Amino acid sequence: MPVAASAVYFLNLRGDVLINRLYRDDVGGNMVDAFRMHIMQTKELGTCPVRQIGGCSFFYMRISNVYIVIVVSSNANVACAFKFVVEAVALFKSYFGGAFDEDAIRNNFVLIYELLDEIMDFGYPQNLSPEILKLYITQEGVRSPFSSKPTDKPVPNATLQVTGAVGWRREGLVYKKNEVFLDIVESVNLLMSSKGSVLRCDVTGKILMKCFLSGMPDLKLGLNDKIGLEKESQIKSRPTKSGKTIELDDVTFHQCVNLTRFNSEKTVSFVPPDGEFELMKYRITEGVNLPFRVLPTIKELGRTRIEVNVKVKSVFGAKMFALGVVIKIPVPKQTAKTSFQVTSGRAKYNAAIDCLVWKIRKFPGQTEPTLSAEVELISTMTEKKSWTRPPIQMEFQVPMFTASGLRVRFLKVWEKSGYNTVEWVRYITKAGSYEIRC
Amino acid sequence: MSGHDSKYFSTTKKGEIPELKEELNSQYKDKRKDAVKKVIAAMTVGKDVSSLFTDVVNCMQTENLELKKLVYLYLINYAKSQPDLAILAVNTFVKDSQDPNPLIRALAVRTMGCIRVDKITEYLCDPLQRCLKDDDPYVRKTAAICVAKLYDINAELVEDRGFLESLKDLISDNNPMVVANAVAALAEIQENSNRPIFEMTSHTLTKLLTALNECTEWGQVFILDALSRYKAADAREAENIVERVTPRLQHANCAVVLSAVKMILQQMELITSTDVVRNLCKKMAPPLVTLLSAEPEIQYVALRNINLIVQRRPTILAHEIKVFFCKYNDPIYVKMEKLEIMIKLASDRNIDQVLLEFKEYATEVDVDFVRKAVRAIGRCAIKLERAAERCITVLLELIKIKVNYVVQEAIIVIKDIFRRYPNTYESIIATLCESLDTLDEPEAKASMIWIIGEYAERIDNADELLESFLESFPEEPAHVQLQLLTATVKLFLKKPTEGPQQMIQVVLNNATVETDNPDLRDRAYIYWRLLSTDPEAAKDVVLAEKPVISDDSNLLDSSLLDELLANIATLSSVYHKPPEAFVTRVKTSSPRPEDEEYGSETGNSESAADSAATGASPPPTSSGSVPYAAQRQPVPAPASPAAPVPDLLGDLIGLDNSAIVPVDQPAAPAGPPLPVLLPASTGQGLQISAQLTRRDGQIFYSILFENNTQVPLDGFMIQFNKNTFGLAAAGPLQVPQIQPGTSAGTLLPMVTFQNMSQGPPSSLLQVAVKNNQQPVWYFNDKIPLHVFFTEDGRMERANFLETWRSLPDSNEITKDFPGIVVGNVEATLDRLAATNMFFIAKRKHANQDVFYFSAKIPRGIPFLIELTTVVNTPGVKCAIKTPSPESAPLFFEAVETLLKD
Repeated sequence: MPVAASAVYFLNLRGDVLINRLYRDDVGGNMVDAFRMHIMQTKELGTCPVRQIGGCSFFYMRISNVYIVIVVSSNANVACAFKFVVEAVALFKSYFGGAFDEDAIRNNFVLIYELLDEIMDFGYPQNLSPEILKLYITQEGVRSPFSSKPTDKPVPNATLQVTGAVGWRREGLVYKKNEVFLDIVESVNLLMSSKGSVLRCDVTGKILMKCFLSGMPDLKLGLNDKIGLEKESQIKSRPTKSGKTIELDDVTFHQCVNLTRFNSEKTVSFVPPDGEFELMKYRITEGVNLPFRVLPTIKELGRTRIEVNVKVKSVFGAKMFALGVVIKIPVPKQTAKTSFQVTSGRAKYNAAIDCLVWKIRKFPGQTEPTLSAEVELISTMTEKKSWTRPPIQMEFQVPMFTASGLRVRFLKVWEKSGYNTVEWVRYITKAGSYEIRC
Repeated sequence: MSGHDSKYFSTTKKGEIPELKEELNSQYKDKRKDAVKKVIAAMTVGKDVSSLFTDVVNCMQTENLELKKLVYLYLINYAKSQPDLAILAVNTFVKDSQDPNPLIRALAVRTMGCIRVDKITEYLCDPLQRCLKDDDPYVRKTAAICVAKLYDINAELVEDRGFLESLKDLISDNNPMVVANAVAALAEIQENSNRPIFEMTSHTLTKLLTALNECTEWGQVFILDALSRYKAADAREAENIVERVTPRLQHANCAVVLSAVKMILQQMELITSTDVVRNLCKKMAPPLVTLLSAEPEIQYVALRNINLIVQRRPTILAHEIKVFFCKYNDPIYVKMEKLEIMIKLASDRNIDQVLLEFKEYATEVDVDFVRKAVRAIGRCAIKLERAAERCITVLLELIKIKVNYVVQEAIIVIKDIFRRYPNTYESIIATLCESLDTLDEPEAKASMIWIIGEYAERIDNADELLESFLESFPEEPAHVQLQLLTATVKLFLKKPTEGPQQMIQVVLNNATVETDNPDLRDRAYIYWRLLSTDPEAAKDVVLAEKPVISDDSNLLDSSLLDELLANIATLSSVYHKPPEAFVTRVKTSSPRPEDEEYGSETGNSESAADSAATGASPPPTSSGSVPYAAQRQPVPAPASPAAPVPDLLGDLIGLDNSAIVPVDQPAAPAGPPLPVLLPASTGQGLQISAQLTRRDGQIFYSILFENNTQVPLDGFMIQFNKNTFGLAAAGPLQVPQIQPGTSAGTLLPMVTFQNMSQGPPSSLLQVAVKNNQQPVWYFNDKIPLHVFFTEDGRMERANFLETWRSLPDSNEITKDFPGIVVGNVEATLDRLAATNMFFIAKRKHANQDVFYFSAKIPRGIPFLIELTTVVNTPGVKCAIKTPSPESAPLFFEAVETLLKD
């Protein structure tokens, strides 16, 4: 049974109810007390997001300073419930203009109640597309940049659009200048052993799209992925020439993409929602270009001194540069004194996270700055277990670089009025969980 | 930009309600709207604003949609408490359901369905009928769900008014969202009914598969879930279905992906071509891996499901083990699940990598995770013969780190490795013996003692080592004592010299005379007799060859696995328990006349019997009497209501598991007074009353302390002696300082199977309580068996009969209660049901009434009960059948108390 919820609660960190909505009669209104008593006030909090208490099950997620708790008493669809929460939060954010926290909820509670009534009926998720909901749920405080219509007067055919086959785009949009912005954002995840061998490495990328297009356009996107290219050359019966091709391990698409067509023709075709959305996500494990190599040597000299030497090598083109590079090098809790030498950027000791934090604002390609530090420890009398070294973690952003090598080959736009479109493409690679054991 | 609604929360002047009343009746629209917002704000924070019902409802007739929605929201919350006034709203509802604006029509029907007041329900039918045929798809999709709501309130009405037919027509609707909601509604109705309502034919299948391409992501989930019940006729059809569903694997919505996986796995069972199956496995792997980049909560759900999937189809993810490597910042629940899957996927090909990972984890901070990592190494050793040596090497390296809990955990798994590969790795015993002094956990001690006994002939100083344990023999927990006893006997048989001979005397003396543990005593006597009559026979018994073990921990049996796989993405797949194990809701379907004759084997049935017979959820499994394999699982949620959290937290229950019990909770002292167990005269002024109770599937010890001394008492602690059910406190006792002349009550959560005494079942519970001011107080309590009756003890009638027949007659035990009178049958049944003794059927025999009940205690032991009595006449005869007849005396005690009340 795909029921996702019998009741939804929004609680603050103290456990006060901010919003509650009962969708079904099979759970009592006081269930939130059970959650407070058996989960929030115990060490159980955070040990498991799905819990059974008595005859009810609780699923919860923390988003900023709010707990969203779903209660059910049947064999509900948990995947559906969590996804519903994620999407609902995205929806609220798009209504509030960004933030989702206790204050935002208190300030918009009427709106949230109205939305909750609309996006779920009897525990079954309904349409959660912000673009469509904004057509007829137009509370004060909402300023959709694309709607110029007076509030409080719903668009006459709103209901058709909610339920329509293209349930994510409204009709009759007009833009003077038709533009599409594509952002390819990749996160590199790396786990490297202390000896420098790659234990796990993958790239999760997403293509974010911002569409300002009139009418009901049909779009087709071409990438330099192997399967798509092969299929294309089959159809055209001539090899398409292009440089490097890459192999996508997996792709998932926004609901606007025609999956059946992707399955048979390997083309990404869709009618986009208006404004900003995530078109697709992909994952790559083969042939990843790691932007950075980290070579740490950490020596424990006796019981009170540690010598840290870290060399970071940028392995992308010399003309490119990375921004916001942060390298966090863990040190023991009982660190007393640190002294550094860095060849680039700035470093300091942050006691709150027990790390040496080395920041380099602009990091050019093909360089290798180093940090050498000496750490003095307070000698403790008690023979504690030896220091378990957490991994070195790294943050960065490299514009105009994709770790996967993915490139957009084309983006075609068809609309019956035949207007011209301007397309903009950007690439950026960020650090996902970039960890080097030491 | 955001709103400023928070101001509505801040009206806390005196006379708030009258003020609101005035504002609600204001002539200005804006003021009324603001007032309703304030009412909703008050409702949200839990204030009772039901007294404003009439005033709020008066605001209902408005053109303003926002205001209307707020009033409706209010109605949903309070109509039930004001059923008579709710009728005032009906007119507006009916009018709104004919409004030209489809949003308002839909809103009216949607809201009416949420108001569970009979009078309103009557008026709902006509608008619903209209809306199901509305021109606007938005109204139709709302009406479709509304039929399910109405069915939940009054199933008969839905069937009589022909709503089911209208709903079925909507499956052919041209709007995909209407189709999806109709499917969801029908699937739910079917689940709650025992008649075929929504049958999946190949015709519906085709229609739904077409709709699948067009509907919203959620609609796809509804349809896929409904379709997964479809049984394809042959392999060809199954292949066709799978082909249509496979594209869904690329969807960004994790629920769509999991439902598609569920559907594909179901159909794969029918597909015979190995190529097709291999190809499908290849296609499913990447989407499953992608789920691991979602939010941690979703990852958790995915991992629990992947755990099931790899048990059925290990090849799917055989090459993907790397994606399950733990990230340093993964939440603990994700790490634990990843570890479990890594063990399942470990093979000779990847074991080196896996071991490196496990070793890394074993040096992390979280103790439970570290323990699990160490145990994982051991399990890999048992699973992969060729890798066993490498696993042992890693374990030895870990032992050298000398972290106490790592060493203990390692010794426990090494014992299992010895069992699996006898006479292979004994050379490492010397290393193990070095850590002897650090062992303080019973399981590790018992394991080490077992190793010493088993290999006594190869350990030169085995007698010295064992002797060091013997000193503390009387204080050790039961299973360490048993292990010591056996190990000493082994030592003696292997080295019948003077030292061991003395030791055996000491041990046998300790284990027979000094102990009150019957199990230990029995074993000691057997050994004693064996040794004194025929030492050769003793050798044959004690030193017999042991069967080789395998790693079957956390493997589910095949039929349970089938059921769980059919429930992918649902709670059942997360708990690894069949739905009926945790869904307690009784179906609401009203008994139909034809059902009355159904199963009249035991005589004329009553309606309660019907709901009991139809009550259990669909596919009837044997779960009634079979202990769930899931109980052995590290299920993060409490496995069954009464069982303790098994072993996610390692074995230190109580270390990380301490439930906090608020002392000011009124629940404890309320209700009937607790029996006094330690009168003030004995307790030097401290009086203790206590009783075991069961609430919401959890056992509590309800205790009341009364301080009649002259000094404040504080620092209360409690301890329970070993008992038949292994009852122990789940956490420390939380009692504040009690001032002279006052009292404090608390509900102490209890766990079971912690500290079990052996021997015949006994209801004796010995309790010790101490505080900082007084000596330790000991008192005895009785364990009423009915606190163990679990919520899932309800049996279907067929199941009952089958179980009754399957048990041999020797398991039937009867007892008479001459003094007990059953007066009010209804009340008695209610009372028994409240203690989870479920009424199944009733029949008349001469002038006597015979009642049948079922109950279940943890570990899945059922009780089938027959009560015979003449109403209002003294004398009740109770006959029970159970696989565990030794607990019958306890059961009769419980029944007696229950009936006496």
